[in-house]
Amino acid sequence: MKEVELAIAAKQNRAEIHAIEKKSGVELTDCYQCGKCSAGCPVAFAMDKTPRQIIRLLQLGLLEEALASRTIWLCATCQTCVARCPKEVDLPSLMEVVRQTAKKRGFVAEKDINLFNDIFLQNVKTFGKSPEVILSALYNLRSGHLFQDVDSVPHLFLSGKAHVLPEKVKNVDAIKKIFAKCTEGGEHS
Amino acid sequence: MRRVGVFICHCGTNIAATVDCQKVAEAAKSFPGVVFSMDYKYMCSDPGQAVIKEAIKTHNLNRVVVASCTPRMHEPTFRKTLAGAGMNPYLFEMTNLREQCSWVHSDKEKATEKAIDLVKMSVAKVQKNRELFPDYIPINKKALVIGGGIAGMQAALDIADAGYKVTLVEREPTIGGKMPMLDKTFPTMDCSACISTPKMVDVAQHPNIELMSFSEVQEVNGFIGNFDVKIKKKAKYVDYSKCTGCGLCETKCPKKVPNEYDLGMGVRPSIYKPFAQAVPSKPIIDAKNCRKLVNGKCGVCAKVCPTGAVNYEDRDEIISDTFGAIVMATGYDLFKWEGAYGEYGYGKFPDVITGLQFERMVNASGPTGGKIIRPSDGEEPKTVAFIKCVGSRDPLKGKITCSRACCMYTAKHAHQVLDKISESKAYVFYMDVRTVGKGYEEFYENTLHDKAVYVRGRVSKIYQEGKKLILKAEDTLSCKAIQVKADLVVLATAMVPSAGSRELAQIVGFLPDLNGWYQEAHPKLRPVETPTGGVFLAGTCQGPKDIPDSVAQAGAAAAKVMGLFSNEQLETNPMTAKVNETICSGCGTCAPLCPYKAIQLIDVQERVHGKFVERKVAHVNNGLCQGCGACTVACRPGAIDLQGYQNDQILEEVDALWAW
Repeated sequence: MKEVELAIAAKQNRAEIHAIEKKSGVELTDCYQCGKCSAGCPVAFAMDKTPRQIIRLLQLGLLEEALASRTIWLCATCQTCVARCPKEVDLPSLMEVVRQTAKKRGFVAEKDINLFNDIFLQNVKTFGKSPEVILSALYNLRSGHLFQDVDSVPHLFLSGKAHVLPEKVKNVDAIKKIFAKCTEGGEHS
Repeated sequence: MRRVGVFICHCGTNIAATVDCQKVAEAAKSFPGVVFSMDYKYMCSDPGQAVIKEAIKTHNLNRVVVASCTPRMHEPTFRKTLAGAGMNPYLFEMTNLREQCSWVHSDKEKATEKAIDLVKMSVAKVQKNRELFPDYIPINKKALVIGGGIAGMQAALDIADAGYKVTLVEREPTIGGKMPMLDKTFPTMDCSACISTPKMVDVAQHPNIELMSFSEVQEVNGFIGNFDVKIKKKAKYVDYSKCTGCGLCETKCPKKVPNEYDLGMGVRPSIYKPFAQAVPSKPIIDAKNCRKLVNGKCGVCAKVCPTGAVNYEDRDEIISDTFGAIVMATGYDLFKWEGAYGEYGYGKFPDVITGLQFERMVNASGPTGGKIIRPSDGEEPKTVAFIKCVGSRDPLKGKITCSRACCMYTAKHAHQVLDKISESKAYVFYMDVRTVGKGYEEFYENTLHDKAVYVRGRVSKIYQEGKKLILKAEDTLSCKAIQVKADLVVLATAMVPSAGSRELAQIVGFLPDLNGWYQEAHPKLRPVETPTGGVFLAGTCQGPKDIPDSVAQAGAAAAKVMGLFSNEQLETNPMTAKVNETICSGCGTCAPLCPYKAIQLIDVQERVHGKFVERKVAHVNNGLCQGCGACTVACRPGAIDLQGYQNDQILEEVDALWAW
């Protein structure tokens, strides 16, 4: 097992971890590692590290290891963890900010999820919502998974769940303003 | 003519579910001597007791058998019932049909058969029972408190405030114990000396307290209410009746030695007070180091003393006194980790210190004036690592026990490092964080928010690399092998019973537990009493504790003493051993067997063939005898009998089982 020098790790990453805490509103020392979040997480089965372990890594200053984890990409933001956390640690918010940091630092452990997120947000920015057809077409093309879920296409069209022409919300400008506010101080995700 | 009444209790369904109580009562009617027999749902209840009283009157009973639960539970209840009906309470026998029959059997028929046999035996025995009468012993209303730490001081003050005389014996030159050595106390961060030194002054000034510092208890004889105690007043070489405590001698003494009070981190003269607020506020001479006492050359202190108080001819003195109760408050010592933990350097790294050394260091009146430094080079440490459970929870190298206070004082130390040293880091290596007191969890959380890093795992090794100390451990929460480069390492060493506490327990007459702590009479219901009557426990001598718990226990021990002293005399249990002097051969086999030191050999005069001869016989002290019966089985001529369990009574029981 590789040995970790705690004092050095803490020193190198102190500022960045502090920024993550500030942005997410999570105080890492609040977590006492009881594991209730991870025990109830519906996606934990697919994660390489449990959500609790992500917090532990950040507590110890081992930022890179947290950023390189698939866990932060797999979090579905379902909020089950925070609803049950005895210390009200807002894990989904923390995961979001850690994801942003990972992207900035070039750690993207789940390229497809990252791509999906990007296309989704671009759609929302353009149309005010994310049209299913455009989302799946762009995702399949850019990810190279050309035929992913195509068997359900006829059914979606016939049942009126998907439309060829994208709908727009009435006031797209308002949405753009929201994006501008959210990305103040730099583009992310 | 014996007239026996038998009462069978159902104990709800506790007995009745497995034993046919009606059948037992019916069977008892045929036993010799039985004139009345019945069963009842709850014999111990008020109506149940009324039934017994009524039956005693109507049937003119002179012996009573109650078959119910264990005698430990209700024997006193039924004895009182008999006394209430005008009978001697010892003309009574209790059969245990619950713990020894219904609870341990399932076959109702066989259990009922056994119950009948058990009742039969009691009926046989009760007819041989004799009237017994308790003795009364006077109580000497003066308490002895051994140990002048916070627990001993509190107990002494509480007893003295109730109006009773107290003698407080402390073996060190000052009272106060460990508490005034500490800097701040968790979780309120009160200054430890500021809240303990006024208590020391209160003790010294209390009109009901006689303070004997630098003294040790040497011998304890006697029993509850009447302990004869010999106390050694060690030679101080300073006449306290003349000394004004001016301190001139201390400044002039040429021989300086490491200061025990600062755990060797500073120096003190050979004529010294342990610390500025010591009580009594007068110095003693350290005979091992004083030049005058070692080789006769010096005498500076005697020359400078303005009142002529220094007396090099002073000798130890033995004082005898009698006390009614003893409070043990002998405290704790810290585990000597240097002898056990090779992986932490056996004490050869100067920058690996103990929590108590840290306390002295961070204390404004300590050797560094409150500055946290590395003992090796005096520099301020930037990274401080704390290791908990050094000797605690370690059955191999230390004690299996948890020391209870370390989690909190380590949290406090980490907080103090982060507070006092800018840009500092604190790492705490722990196995569990146990914060059981009021306000403790909140305190620990604050330390976490101060950004102390808690690493869950025991440090496996410390070694030096340049000026740094390298600590290796696993963080068991992230399953990572980690390493910390620290400037200073603080060990939370275990609390162990104070030196000499085992010997002192033997002197006073009770036994410590497996780990050397003083054993309480019952872990839940008699936590401040020892099995020896009149001896009580306060503070950490009973087991590791923090200050609030020590103070609370001291108050409880004091309350027990006051309860005892509120009686004019003490009723003794009449079921004690009795020696038949005519057949006692005076062999003395019994005396060393007695766990209560109740048997002594005395001289008696006898007339043999017209001449008076003197010979030795065993004599039982009723105040001390607890009726255990160890002596009776050892007595070769069969001269000792236990009242209430006499040989003829026991044999009658055995005979009945076969003959009836």
